[in-house]
Amino acid sequence: MDLFVQLFAAAMASGTPLLLAALGGILIERSGIIQLGVEGMMLMGAIVACLTFLRTESLALALLAVFAVSAVLGLLHAFLTVSLRANQIVSGLAMTLFGAGLSAYLGKPVSGIPMPGAVPKLYLPWLENVPAAGGLFANLDMLTWFSFILVLAMHLFIHRTSWGLHLRAIGDNPATADVMGIRVQAFRYGCVTVGSMLIGLAGADLLLAFSPTWIEGMTAGRGWIAVALIIFARWNPIRALLCAYFFGMLDTLGFRIQLLGSEIPSYFLKMIPYLVTILVLMVLGWRSRNKPSGAPEALGVPYIREQRL
Amino acid sequence: MNQQTVPAPLASGETAAEAKTKRLPFRLEFDPSRPDSPWWITIVSVLLALAACGIFIAVNGMNPVTVYAKMLTGAFGSSFGLTETLVKTIPLLLCGLGVSIAYRISVWNIGAEGQFVAGAIAATAVTVYFPGLPAYAAIPAMLVSGVAAGGLWGLLTAIPRTFFQVNELITSLMLNYVALLVLNYVVFGPWKDPQGFNFPGTPVFTEAMSLPVLGGTRLHLGLAFALAAVALYALLIRYTRWGYEWRLIGANPEAARNAGIRLSRHIMFVMLLSGGLAGLAGMAEVSGVAHRLMYGISPGYGYTAIIVAWLARLNPAGLIISSFLFGGLIVGGYSVQTIGLPSSTSSMLQGAILFFLIAGGMIGKFRLRRNV
Amino acid sequence: MNEGYTVEMKQIVKQFGSVLANDRVDFRARAGEIHALLGENGAGKSTMMCMLSGVYRPTGGGIYLHGRQAGIRSPKDAMKLGVGMIFQSFRLVQSLTATENIILGESSPFWRGRGWMKTKLEEIRSLADRFGLAFPVDRPVWELSVGEQQRVEIVKTLYRGADIVILDEPTSVLTPGEAEQLFATLAHMKSEGKTVIITTHKLKEVMAVSDRISVMRKGRMIASMAKSETTERELARLMIGKQIPAARPAQARSIGKPLLTVKHLDVYAEHGRKALGDLSLQVNEGEIVGVAGVAGNGQKELAESLAGLRSWKRGTVAFDGMTFKTASVRAAMEAGISHVPENRMRSGLAGSLGIVDNLLFKSYRSPERSTLGFMRTARNRAWAQTLVEQFDVRTPGLDTPVRQLSGGNQQKLLFAREISRDPKLMVAVHPTQGLDIGAAQGVHRLLVELRETGRGVLLISEDLDEVLQLSNRILVIFGGAIVYETKGCEADRERIGLYMAGLTEEGEAV
Repeated sequence: MDLFVQLFAAAMASGTPLLLAALGGILIERSGIIQLGVEGMMLMGAIVACLTFLRTESLALALLAVFAVSAVLGLLHAFLTVSLRANQIVSGLAMTLFGAGLSAYLGKPVSGIPMPGAVPKLYLPWLENVPAAGGLFANLDMLTWFSFILVLAMHLFIHRTSWGLHLRAIGDNPATADVMGIRVQAFRYGCVTVGSMLIGLAGADLLLAFSPTWIEGMTAGRGWIAVALIIFARWNPIRALLCAYFFGMLDTLGFRIQLLGSEIPSYFLKMIPYLVTILVLMVLGWRSRNKPSGAPEALGVPYIREQRL
Repeated sequence: MNQQTVPAPLASGETAAEAKTKRLPFRLEFDPSRPDSPWWITIVSVLLALAACGIFIAVNGMNPVTVYAKMLTGAFGSSFGLTETLVKTIPLLLCGLGVSIAYRISVWNIGAEGQFVAGAIAATAVTVYFPGLPAYAAIPAMLVSGVAAGGLWGLLTAIPRTFFQVNELITSLMLNYVALLVLNYVVFGPWKDPQGFNFPGTPVFTEAMSLPVLGGTRLHLGLAFALAAVALYALLIRYTRWGYEWRLIGANPEAARNAGIRLSRHIMFVMLLSGGLAGLAGMAEVSGVAHRLMYGISPGYGYTAIIVAWLARLNPAGLIISSFLFGGLIVGGYSVQTIGLPSSTSSMLQGAILFFLIAGGMIGKFRLRRNV
Repeated sequence: MNEGYTVEMKQIVKQFGSVLANDRVDFRARAGEIHALLGENGAGKSTMMCMLSGVYRPTGGGIYLHGRQAGIRSPKDAMKLGVGMIFQSFRLVQSLTATENIILGESSPFWRGRGWMKTKLEEIRSLADRFGLAFPVDRPVWELSVGEQQRVEIVKTLYRGADIVILDEPTSVLTPGEAEQLFATLAHMKSEGKTVIITTHKLKEVMAVSDRISVMRKGRMIASMAKSETTERELARLMIGKQIPAARPAQARSIGKPLLTVKHLDVYAEHGRKALGDLSLQVNEGEIVGVAGVAGNGQKELAESLAGLRSWKRGTVAFDGMTFKTASVRAAMEAGISHVPENRMRSGLAGSLGIVDNLLFKSYRSPERSTLGFMRTARNRAWAQTLVEQFDVRTPGLDTPVRQLSGGNQQKLLFAREISRDPKLMVAVHPTQGLDIGAAQGVHRLLVELRETGRGVLLISEDLDEVLQLSNRILVIFGGAIVYETKGCEADRERIGLYMAGLTEEGEAV
């Protein structure tokens, strides 16, 4: 039992960056824009958080800086894909390559400097004695709590607000949304920007809370797993939570198995999340032959208003 | 529809959006049917990317002009720099060629990195398991094994795509990490050089396992492979039925279906080819340059190849030029390390160049219209 | 201004490129009436209504609502002025519920909790009930039947406060029962003082539902009268026109042996919709067989089945002494069937490629065009050049991307490609759609030439004039089956028109 709680706590810790990134991605893709730059944006979020925190020792300032930089990157992606109608796939790839390069460039001087305890933990003594839940929730950091709130907020936003309705309409049928008086392009700009801020936050969480030392390319494909998570979660925030923890579990599983004294080399255990991602995608692909995948209908298609002659 | 008399237009309205912008004398109009941007836009885009990155260099307390000059002379200014640039051109050209072939039929292979590594590992396997082979057998065996492994790695992306409708972007990228983990396993584990003072790498190859080099330089036979591959690619896309079919699939998949072309077969074959070329690059890198398999055998050739392909607009001659330029960028990146900039300067530049290329590529689709 | 007219459109001209869709059309409708705008496909009636609802802007003329000139620039403007249009293809977001679709444009309030949603559901349910429009208000639209989706569209229009409601071909997607229900709703809307305009080509429903009828033909307004003043037969005559086509087809002398024999074909379209049911037809060598019919009666699926693009559930397709077991593009091509598809740029040509590549589409496998896997480039260019000259394709060069050519030249190119393969049978779907007169005549000449050289032609077209002018035999397709067949020389326009509209001579539904 204790082992299970430990395992789950570890899964939550390593799943939270995945969750935040997937939530940002869901917001962006729900509006009909593909975002493949998650990996690069997470790296940028991590390095900006690292640099700001080392200089100011302030979590708030670090997060503020992360939000600002991610918003700028998001606006860049939005400008390319929404205004210029550039290929969304290539724009995302550029974001990943640029983010990886720039973060490595900026991070050179701070590489390897540890910075533990950046994110304060919320200590709930009254929970401590509750079995299972105590071990999981009594001493969680603020960003994890924030991610819980975010899942709920996003779910309510999508299903219970007028903007959420607009979002769903734009992602599925921008032409109809346009006819109904919704400003498609402006709305997409907003979604891409806010979603990118969440992805940046995911990077910051990875660095500040999960593995508090900057290492070049430290996301190690987590951004891409987050992209796959969006598909697994069928663009639904609550499912994203479950999927993120599942992958967080896989991520820590290799480490755990090693602790148990397994003979399998750690390299092969580390492959598990990547291989499971491909397998799950294949299963989903097989299923979606006669069932909708839940993807927004207009995902990846630039919206060009019909010329009124 | 049969009327001959057409009255002159009486009045023309305008949409609300147009009314708002009416104060400006011009407006931009998007027209997807317009042709791509002219070629000189590409050059402007690259220059603008350099200018933008200049800001980050200046932040680091360096003069961007000096840095770029240093990179330029480092990469192209001496015969040593030039050969190093050419040595880097080889894997970029082969990988860039591989992804170009895939992009021609709109298959987004971003797994060249993994396919490169797979090729390198497989080529090294020959040296590990058959250490005594003579040169005339070792080199071809490494070649075949490298190309086959790269191709297989590519197929692992193509199969989910054709039979399970899985987006090839994610699969090919996941497989990059898998290939890298296999690499790390072998170089830290079973294949590690016992006399290597714990260096994560295999023993150095014998003469028989190394590709011949030009004179006393580091320039190896891989360059001939790469150039031959480009020539074949040019031949393939211009003069053969396959090339024609790829052109058709890339331009209009539905029309291709109407012409009786089977897409799934082409996707499998193209990914095999694409991966095979990256695998060849991996083989050439271990056999021609590193002379051993080691940790970090690729400084991201597979990713740079994506930009190489995009810059070249998938065109064979363009591929040679752009891979040479990016080879220079990597070497220039090394040379600025001496003045205190990280080697990642060049990867930052690469990403920025791709951004500006994308934006530049769309500019031609806009038309400046006079507001009447 | 004339009192009582809620809608007045005066001297409306609409031009698309070189095509004149509406030529000085006048149209008026009153409050509290159901006004039917009758005409064949391409008569310009939908274009008129699109201008009224702000989708298009007129090239000339004026629109007046309630006696005042209306500056309608967008659908939003039209909606503000109380004009709502229900299109043939619905403007609905499939994943949203009916209610969500209806309130989509509404901006307030931001928070929409369960309570708020409940009151909205009630509001919309009662609005729908008031007009006799039953549909599940809280189900996603994709779960609704087409008839229910149309009701959602109508309620959406009413909810947004429209008092002028336009329905474009409203019954084209409905079952007879659903159509009856729709008519009851329209009557209800009329009694509430709304102006209801429907565009249609179905005589029966015009007589069943409308108060006034305006007939359009070829972009012109022909007549406008009260229903009581007219009969179905007169309307059919007005709609189709009486003129005899100039050139009648040459007769039987050259008709040869059977080429294509289709028997009892059942074909299902997307989502399991039955597109063809028990369809049989035959095409002989040296004849043009025209298939007349209103859009959406199975023409597309018929052509696709013959071209090997769509498989069939039941029936046989025999061609030139062999029988096709399954649909295969290659088999159909190699047997000598040519296919000029409905939408040339979507499935016929590759817009970004040049002339040569587009001409090679179907023949690149032949030894003349490629050998040992290599394209015979120089030879193919010369061949393309002769084809371009032979078919008079006007192009700046052989490498010009074909999307930059005019529609007529694109179609010439397509025909050049198909005819150059020396087909035994040509299946041409709407071959003159969107072409100007000169280009259309060029296409007609090509089809006649094919016949004169002993090939068979299956001409599938919505343009009845075209079918009458060219065909040796005329078939009428309705509801996925051939319902009428006549010789070209004996063809009676009016009778064909009745069959196309799903009526027999006696005025009974088929």
